Amino acid sequence: MDNVTLARSLFGSSMAFHIIFATLGVGLPLMIIAAEVLFHVKKDPDYAAMAKRWTRALAILLGVAIPSGTIVGVMLALLWPGFMEIVGQVISLPFQIEIWAFFLEALFMSIYVYAADRLTPWMRIVSVVFVSIGASASAVLITDAHAWMNTPRGFSIANGQVTDVDPWAAVWNPSFVTTSIHVVASAYMTGAFAVASVAAWKLLRKGRAEREYIYHRKGLFLALLIGGVMSLATAVNGHETAQMLHENEPEKLAAAEGLFQTQSHAPLAIGGFVDEEKQEVVGAIEIPWALSFLAGNRFDTVVRGLNDFPRENWPPLFVHTLFNLMVLIGTVLIVLSFGALLYRRLRKRDYPRWLLRVLTLTGPMSLIGIETGWIFSCSARQPWTIYHIQRTSEAATTAGNLGALFVLFIGLYTFLLFATSAVMLFYFKRHPVARELAGTKG
Amino acid sequence: MTDSTLAIFIIWCFLFVYSILGSIDFGAGFWAMVFGQRADTNAADIANRYLSPSWKVTNVFLVLLVVALVGFFPLAMPLLGTLLVTPVCLVLILLTLRSTFMVYSHMSPRYVPLLRFVSGITGLLIPGLLITLLPVTLGGFVEMTDGHPSVLTGKLLMSRTEYAHLAFGIATELFLSALFLADFAREAEDEATYRVYRHIAVAIGPLTLLTGILAAVSMVPEAHWLVERMRERASWFMLSAAAFAIGYSALWWKAGGGRTGVPRAAVVCVIIQYGLASFGYGSAHLPYIIYPHLTVEQGITNAVMFRSLLVGYAAGTLVLVPVFIWFWRLFLKDKRYLKQE
Repeated sequence: MDNVTLARSLFGSSMAFHIIFATLGVGLPLMIIAAEVLFHVKKDPDYAAMAKRWTRALAILLGVAIPSGTIVGVMLALLWPGFMEIVGQVISLPFQIEIWAFFLEALFMSIYVYAADRLTPWMRIVSVVFVSIGASASAVLITDAHAWMNTPRGFSIANGQVTDVDPWAAVWNPSFVTTSIHVVASAYMTGAFAVASVAAWKLLRKGRAEREYIYHRKGLFLALLIGGVMSLATAVNGHETAQMLHENEPEKLAAAEGLFQTQSHAPLAIGGFVDEEKQEVVGAIEIPWALSFLAGNRFDTVVRGLNDFPRENWPPLFVHTLFNLMVLIGTVLIVLSFGALLYRRLRKRDYPRWLLRVLTLTGPMSLIGIETGWIFSCSARQPWTIYHIQRTSEAATTAGNLGALFVLFIGLYTFLLFATSAVMLFYFKRHPVARELAGTKG
Repeated sequence: MTDSTLAIFIIWCFLFVYSILGSIDFGAGFWAMVFGQRADTNAADIANRYLSPSWKVTNVFLVLLVVALVGFFPLAMPLLGTLLVTPVCLVLILLTLRSTFMVYSHMSPRYVPLLRFVSGITGLLIPGLLITLLPVTLGGFVEMTDGHPSVLTGKLLMSRTEYAHLAFGIATELFLSALFLADFAREAEDEATYRVYRHIAVAIGPLTLLTGILAAVSMVPEAHWLVERMRERASWFMLSAAAFAIGYSALWWKAGGGRTGVPRAAVVCVIIQYGLASFGYGSAHLPYIIYPHLTVEQGITNAVMFRSLLVGYAAGTLVLVPVFIWFWRLFLKDKRYLKQE
């Protein structure tokens, strides 16, 4: 592999690993707030137990999210010096503000966990709200830099030098708002479905005290409600994202849909594989006119195809599959969560076992959706690091040793995935919910 | 003051804060490991009581340092990134193992000895390794071939100054953390633990001075420009040594109730000691970031971004100061937290 590919592999795998923990680190605090608030409204100790147990899970996850975030932050500076040269001059504000959000999260997380017994209930809620604000703000600000890479603004380049810098124009670049809503809503969704998975799994086990089932049903209901609303919000916003791409990054939309010819009344291709020779998506289901409508709310919207652009500027064509996977997962999650909620509401019966089995998959599915979404967004920006400004090959480091580092880091991430899961299982096995519920009642 | 001087001064402040907090943090992890198996002392508990709420916050200072460096000196990144990618990535792996194992050890008591051992040893190495990056910036270890920079790793690993720096880093970490934990134990009214950490601080204190001098005199011939300039700034180092002498002697001052030593005064004096010495070192190092290839003037960002960043740092600091004060009160002052069980 050449140096650029190595740098991309090392950074990409670090991001892919960090995203799992970062996303849950943004999503879970919202669930904890919901449980804390419900506890104070309903005076039901089950919700206090939920908040406590989710906080412990969050503490373990943050133990990995914080160092892996440090890795990603430092690697960004080290592996992409050419990129950082421009970033530092144009878009360093969100990174800088992110630090303060990060401080807020770290400080209040410690306060919420280690000073819980010395805080009034009101201060406890305020603390966890600040944890959530800090985490979500971090996500928004880092997404801002990502959005700027897609729609760079706030500077011009003359003779290879950055000039006319307007830091706030860079911050408020055209895709910032849409993209950050997408990231935050999907993170809330993932946190909720992670909880839904665990609750559904626990409900499947037989021979437990009724008290435990009641506890898990409450958790599952809360998770499906928040997860359903957030997945719907993600989808609605996804539509705006498509229109934003149509406006600002037509190559990306064309690659996502496998569209070669510029046309009005463009069809939407679902599934299949993009074939460059045949200039079509092989094996796809085509919905006539739908892409034009998605892109501009009118059937006669002209959508630009890949052939409009020089071949060397095309994104890789496999991104069509990533894009489909992301949309498919989002759709399934909306149907599942609202379907399950309606079932309970209309039939007034327990969830059937087959449904619980399917619901255990919602957490992993959300994470796959998040991963495919990020990989899509970053791969479909290629060959650019900064869209139409800097190519990835110009941004990468020329340092050696990247191959050895790549192997080391892959080993580290594999180990941490197993170790963290083991610690999580071990901890909750030793602290079963039954004991906690007995404690709150007795 | 020019933009680049002000910017490098801010970076120096962040670096200084992180080196103090990081030393205490990593050192406390090491002492938690050393005393973890000993039933006759609370020393490990005291170290963990400090670490549990604070390590995340300390870690943010590391990220702050990197972000500030990139923000203020983006044009320095091509050279810095290329030179530092391998050593810094190794530090990152150690840092990750250290943090995750520390969190794991709180969650699974059965494996505590092993988990604490890994997090203690990796923590011990990190500050030592970070400070060994300094010789790279001094000249003599960077080779330019056709404008493409690389570190002479072999020469670096064979040089005495690299190991003097390593020794200085580790001695500093152990001294600062022991001194701080002595003060923390005094605050928790745990005199037995106080005596344990005071004893360690007394033993290691002079070593920091010794290894610091060694690191300076062992510098390679290419770095003599720096030694010369440090000699011109001898007064800073004299004052620093004086602060050390006062701080060290504070460990024998009489406190109320027949207790020996005023650790708070010792901590404050030693922080001043490191502040003076690192300021003397830093100002001698100017204007170079990497001698002789890169100066602060070549690395600085544009004036517009520089102003925005200044406003940003000022606003952020104002917002966070009250939270930091609250945090301090909850975990470093509140007797209910310090004296639990």
